[in-house]
Formats: sequence, structure tokens, C-alpha cells
Amino acid sequence: MSQIWLVPAFPLLGFILNAFFGKRFGTRFVTFIGPLAVGLAFAQSLVLFFQMLEIKGNVLNEHLYTWISSGNFEVGINFTVDQLSGLYLLVITGVGFLIHVYSVGYMKGESGYYRFFAYLNLFVFFMLLLVLGDSFLLMFVGWEGVGLCSYLLIGYYIEKDSAAEAAKKAFLFNRIGDFGVLSAVMLIFLAFGSIEFASVNAEAAARLEYGGPLVTAITLLLFLGATGKSAQIPLFVWLPDAMEGPTPVSALIHAATMVTAGLYMVARLSHLFVLAPFTMNVIAAVGAITALLAATIAVTQTDIKRVLAYSTVSQLGYMFLAMGVGAFGAGVFHVMTHAFFKALLFLGSGSVILAVHHEQDMRKMGALKNKLPITYITMLLGTLAISGIPFFSGFFSKDEILWKAFSSPFGSPWLWGVGFITAGLTAFYMFRMIYLTFHGESRVDSHTAEHVRESPFSMTLPLMILAVLAVISGFFGVPHVFHLLPNGMEVYFHNFFAKLPVEGHGSVSTEWLLMGLSVAFALIAWFIASRLYHSGFAVAAGLRRRWEWAYQLSLNKWYVDEIYNAVIIQPVRFLSTHLLWRLFDQNIIDRGVNTTAIVARAVGSTLRPLQNGLTQNYALIFILGTFLILWYVT
Amino acid sequence: MLIIFYIFAALSVFGALGVLFLRNPIHSALSLVGTFFCLGAIYVMLNAEFVAVIQVLVYAGAIMVLFLFVLMLLSSKDSGDYVNKWTIGKILAGLLSLGIFVQIAGLFTAENLELGPKGTYPLEVVEEVGSIALIGRLLFTDYILAFEIIAVLLLVAVIGAVVIAKRRFQ
Amino acid sequence: MIPIEHILLLSALLFTIGVMGVMLRRNVIVIFMSIELMLNAVNLSFVTFARSMDSMTGVVFIFFIIVVAAAEAVVGLSIILSIYRTRKTLNIEEFNLLKW
Repeated sequence: MSQIWLVPAFPLLGFILNAFFGKRFGTRFVTFIGPLAVGLAFAQSLVLFFQMLEIKGNVLNEHLYTWISSGNFEVGINFTVDQLSGLYLLVITGVGFLIHVYSVGYMKGESGYYRFFAYLNLFVFFMLLLVLGDSFLLMFVGWEGVGLCSYLLIGYYIEKDSAAEAAKKAFLFNRIGDFGVLSAVMLIFLAFGSIEFASVNAEAAARLEYGGPLVTAITLLLFLGATGKSAQIPLFVWLPDAMEGPTPVSALIHAATMVTAGLYMVARLSHLFVLAPFTMNVIAAVGAITALLAATIAVTQTDIKRVLAYSTVSQLGYMFLAMGVGAFGAGVFHVMTHAFFKALLFLGSGSVILAVHHEQDMRKMGALKNKLPITYITMLLGTLAISGIPFFSGFFSKDEILWKAFSSPFGSPWLWGVGFITAGLTAFYMFRMIYLTFHGESRVDSHTAEHVRESPFSMTLPLMILAVLAVISGFFGVPHVFHLLPNGMEVYFHNFFAKLPVEGHGSVSTEWLLMGLSVAFALIAWFIASRLYHSGFAVAAGLRRRWEWAYQLSLNKWYVDEIYNAVIIQPVRFLSTHLLWRLFDQNIIDRGVNTTAIVARAVGSTLRPLQNGLTQNYALIFILGTFLILWYVT
Repeated sequence: MLIIFYIFAALSVFGALGVLFLRNPIHSALSLVGTFFCLGAIYVMLNAEFVAVIQVLVYAGAIMVLFLFVLMLLSSKDSGDYVNKWTIGKILAGLLSLGIFVQIAGLFTAENLELGPKGTYPLEVVEEVGSIALIGRLLFTDYILAFEIIAVLLLVAVIGAVVIAKRRFQ
Repeated sequence: MIPIEHILLLSALLFTIGVMGVMLRRNVIVIFMSIELMLNAVNLSFVTFARSMDSMTGVVFIFFIIVVAAAEAVVGLSIILSIYRTRKTLNIEEFNLLKW
């Protein structure tokens, strides 16, 4: 027995203990239970991971019990660990554990400390359910569960209006995506008579016509769900607002794990997606455009967490670009490296925010590198990784994606071009953030400046571990052209994902060339950023004056929220007010209800005199009844 | 034999009418006791001696004494019946009662009254074993559960009566 | 032998008188006595049928009925007692608090 159920059981137990006893037993109890639950889950995941590697076929299955059994439709609580979910398990529990440890320091002294850890444990539980479930239904339970926890944690500061608004926004945008997933699951059940991943993947090619309307509809609906969860166009606007939550939440949920759930689903169903070339093109295009759009927005943001949020959207776009060109392995590889360096960056930003007393505006930071040395170095490493500087993890995964975008049969030079520009922009805005935060002159309040000091060990330790991972994890998937190591990613995912119908093209020399180009571009972007921002905003301000319109466009996020407001919200509101409320609700429903009440009252007042409290009257009616019954009998 | 039955039947109806028409409730109660005695006699004629005995002991002896006791306890301040007004409801009630009598009587005297199969205790067996012994045997075999429950019911009734009737001291 | 129809007619007559008592009298204790009368009427028909059917079931059931009647009388009379304490009357037409 492999005991897969233990993995989600630990965080669930942690949630129960923290939620129901955390308040009573106090902070130390919660500090102990919260991280421990996830740590144990991580240990069990490691055991399972290596068991899975050794076993033939690389799949561990576990049947817990039959959930629904109706006719020939059967859904069980079944857990599966294979290459994909095994990797996700390690990332979720590993990064999750580090973030739990970090939270001990970050959330110290907050009211509702136990509540925070309870939610965080619950989130980990649902996320594990999502990746371990062997059927759509179980995945959907996890899918909804992480949405719920995300809602709860974004709105963690319940007394803040903006947090509540952001939580609602995230929830609503996720609901739109959920609609897509649910519809797709129904279609899949119609087409396959089963909603288990294994059978869907195995029979996809046999049951569905290549490029047919059914498979296109299913995959498009699934992708709609993925855009909601993974913050892609058109449903990406919730993610930046989600930064209202505490920073560890942003790191865990809105960077490392939950937002990759959409990618997980696409990767899980790769055999289905390759049958729909149209959908693949849509995914690639949406991914590329999202990556570029979010990167252009990130360039002008001044809130440190918003920069990272748009960076996350942009990186997720990259991953979808990879999925869309059929490079599922590369996409998942980037999920992993991104989980490390983005969690690192978020946690680092949290450390900065804590040091300057909950100030998130980079205009009030600067020159923090000597005061926060560990934070500075680790964040710099994370930035090098995300910018694709050679031999850091982001370099390998991003270059793999760019190369596949160019060479894959679904790819094109256009996609590569968009990805290439985005890569440069990424390097630019990330180094902009580093310079504005850590270099130049201090713009910190003089009051606050005196108290700036490095974060406690419980926060710096996760930073250091993640920094190491952000640096080295790229060697898991070194491209072939280096001839250094075998590409670990391809060995690992051997025969797991669907094969593309056509082989890719492109020569080794092209690959070298493209790689050199993107590295050069990243270095140039770094250089520009260092020129513009090494001493605050002064230099950049001149540039801004010349390009005011572009600056405003980027600062206001391409006015996407305003467009949604004008195109969707206002018409719906108008319709609701005038048609549904004034006409339908008031005239039809309210009147219907009132009429019912009037009728009921009339009947009541007619019959009420019978109920006059005189026992003999009741006896009389009783006897009348007896008389009638006897009459009927004789 | 038949003559004696008719005498007792007439007496019992007479007593019942007394319950219905006598103004003083104490008189009504005494007249009801008379009815119960008459019914006891009829039970004897029907070879149900045990029923006759408990009819007299429990009904006429215990229950009616309880009624009389309560009546005398209460009517010291509030004696006499209340004047009957013949309202429409009362007339209707009388008519309905007569209707019910007609129907029950019709049911009982119908030619095609279906009575089902005969039981296993003809008169000879009852006389040989004795009706009390037979009832006792049945009570402790076939009807043991009902017997036990009825015992519990009595207990509950005793406790309930005490609780309800007790004066509540502040 | 007594013809059973006659006994049954007696039973029906007593029952009807009981019904009338319940509906026409106002003294709550007299009403209660009328209910006892109805029970006795039913008992009589039980015994009659038991005898004519060569069965003992009816007789055994009378035993139960009498016990239940005793319990009922005890509880009922104590309820009447406690109502009397608050209402100071036995007139059933004044026991009309339970209504709309």
C-alpha cells in the first residue's frame, strides 16, 4: 500500500485542529500544527514520488471508496500519483511548507493568526485533492475548494473594503471559468461515458474526430476554465487585485500553486487537447498576448506586489504559450521553476514590506540593500532567474518554451517574437523593481527608516532555500544543444504527454541563435533598467513625459477594468434595473407573492371561526366525520 | 334467561338516560354506576365472569368512586348543572347521534354480516378450563408484551396524575 | 340463548346515549362519564362477539380497555382538577382558551 491518502489527510487534520482549537490553544499551538501538517504531507509526498519513479509505468493508484454509483456511472474517491501529479505534489507541499514557515514570522501578532493558518492548511488540502484526484469530479472539488480558500485568504483583512471587493472579484471571475469546466465535463461524460482522466486520455483519439467540433468545444470550454483559474485573457483582472491578501498568500496561492491549476488541467488532458488544433492555436495566442500585455502593464506599476502580480500573469501566459504549441513538458517545467522563483520574489517582497511597516509603494523604498542583505541577495537571485540570465533556472525553462514556440508545428516565428519581447520586458521590469527597492537613495519615511531591520530567521530561511532552488532547479531540464546532461524533463515525462501529430523542425544552429538573442535582449534590458532607475524615478521621468500616452495606458492596465465595466457591468446593471427589477420583479413576482398571501389570508379568515376553542364543537365535527365514514361503509 | 336479560338491558338504558338527563352530576354518576352493575350482570350471562367481576370492581368500584370523589370535591362551590340551551348545534348533534345509532344498528343487524372464521375457545372449553384461567394464560403468553406495556402505562398515569393535580407552591 | 343482535342493539343504544352526553352536556365531568359509557358500550359488543365467535381475544382486550380507561380517568380527572383551580368552573364552554 502506498498510502496516498495521507498526503491530503495531514493538511485536512491541520485545518480541523487550527480552525476548531486554534483560538483556544493559542498561537504556539497554531505555529506548531500549521507548518507541521504541510511538512508531514511533504515527507509523504517525497516517499510517494520515489515509489512512483521506481514502479513500472510510473503510476500509483489508490481507491478510497466509491463516491457515486449510479447505473454504469461510477465515481470513486481515487487518488493517482503519476509523473505530472508527483511533480505537482512536491511543488505544492514543498513550497507550501516553506511558505507556512515564512508565515510564522510574517503573520506574527496579526489578529486571527489561527484563522490564517486554518485557511492555508485547507487550501493545501484542496490543492492536493485537485492534483491527486483521478477524475474530473474529484478535481473539480479541489478546483472549487482552492477557489473558496483563495476567496477567504484574499479577504483575510476583513475590515478592509478593498480586500473584500478583491475577494469577491476573484470569486466571480473564477465562477465564469467554473462554468466552462462544468460544461466541458458534461460534454466529456456524453462523449466518453466516463469522467476518469485515464480513460479519457486513453480513448480520446479513438472516440473523437481530429479537429472535430465536439473536441474543439470541449477543449475550448476547459480552456475557459483554465483562463479563470490561471488568470489569462479575458479573465486575468482578478489576480492583481488579489494582492490585497497577506503576502504569503500571494506567494502560495497566486503565484506558486493555485494559478497553475489551469495549466495542470491542460497538461493532464494533453491527449484531448492535441486533437483540437484550433484550441491549441487559441491557447498559444491567448498565452502569448497575455504574457505581453501583462508585461507592459508591469513596467509602470509602483506597488511592489502589483509588479509581481502582473509578472505572474505574464509568466502564466508563457506557460500557456508552451501548452498551446504542444510543449507540455516545457510548460510544466516552467510551472516548477516559476513556483520557486516567484514564491521567492513574493516572499522577498513580503520581507521588504514588513521591514518598511506595510508600505508597498516602491516610491517610498530605496537603498534597502544594506539593511536587508539576505532579502536583497535572495531576491536578486530570483530576479536573475526570472529574467532568463544564463544558468539560472528561468533561463532553461523559458528558453525551452521560446524554442518550442518557434520550432513546434503549432508554433510560429510570431509567437516566438511575442515571447521574445516579453522576455526582455520581464528582465526590464524585474530589475526596475530591484533598483527601486534596494538601490539608489532612501525614500523611506524617516520614522520608519530607523526601524528597518532584517526579517526573523523563520522568514529568511525559506528565502534562502527557495533561492537555492531558483538557481539550481533549471538543471533538471538542460536543453539538448548543451550536450552537458540529458534533458531531465524529457526523461522524466517520457511517453506521458500526447505526441504531436507532426514532428517539429529547426536546427541546432537556429536554437543557439535564438538563445543568444534572448539572452542578449535580457542583458540589454537589465542595462537599460540600471541606467533608468539606479537612482529613483528621476531619469525615467523624462522618458515618461515624452511617452505620456503609453505610460498612462500601461499604468491604467490598458483600461481593461474600465472596458469590462462599460461593456459588461453597466449593460447588465441597466437590464437588471429596468427590465428584471422594475418590470419583472415588482410587477410579476411581487404581485404573485402578494396574491398568494391575500388568498391564504382570505381562506384563513373564512375557516377561522371553526377553530373556536369549544371542545364540543370539535366533537360535533368529529362525530360528523364518523357518521360520513359509517355511511360510506354501510 | 331471556327475560332477565331484557330486564337488565332496560335498566342499563334507563341508567344511561339518567346520565344524559339528570341535572345534578352526582345523580348522573350514581345512575352510571347502576348501568355498570347491569352490564356486569349481562357479562355473567355471556359466560364472561372475569369481565363481570372487574367491571364491578374497577369500573363501578374504583373509577366511579374517583368520579364521585372529584365531583364532591369541586361541586361544593359550584353545584348543579348548567342550563342547557337548545342551539342549532345541539339539535344537529342530537340528530347526528341518532343517525349514528341507525347506522350502527343497521350494521349489526345486517343479514350478510361477515364475521370471519370461528375461534378455538368454544363454550365447553371455557367452562372446562375456566374463563379466568384462560384469560390469565393468554395474558402471560400471547399478550405478554401488551400486558407489560399496560403496566408501564398505569405507572405513567399515576405519576402524571400526581404531577398534574399537585398544587404548585411558589 | 340470548340472540346476539339484541345485545348488539343494546350496545349501540348505550353508545349513542354516550355520544349525546358528550355533545349535549356542559359539565365536563358528566362529559367524561359519557365517554366511560361509550367505552362500556364497546366492551359489551366485544364480549358479545367474543362469545359468538368462540374466541377469547375480545375478553382479553376488555381487560386492556378497562386498564386504559382507569388510567385515562385518573389523568383526565387530575387535568380537570387543575383546570378548575384556575378557571373556577366546570363548564366546558368556558374552557375555550385554545383557539385562534
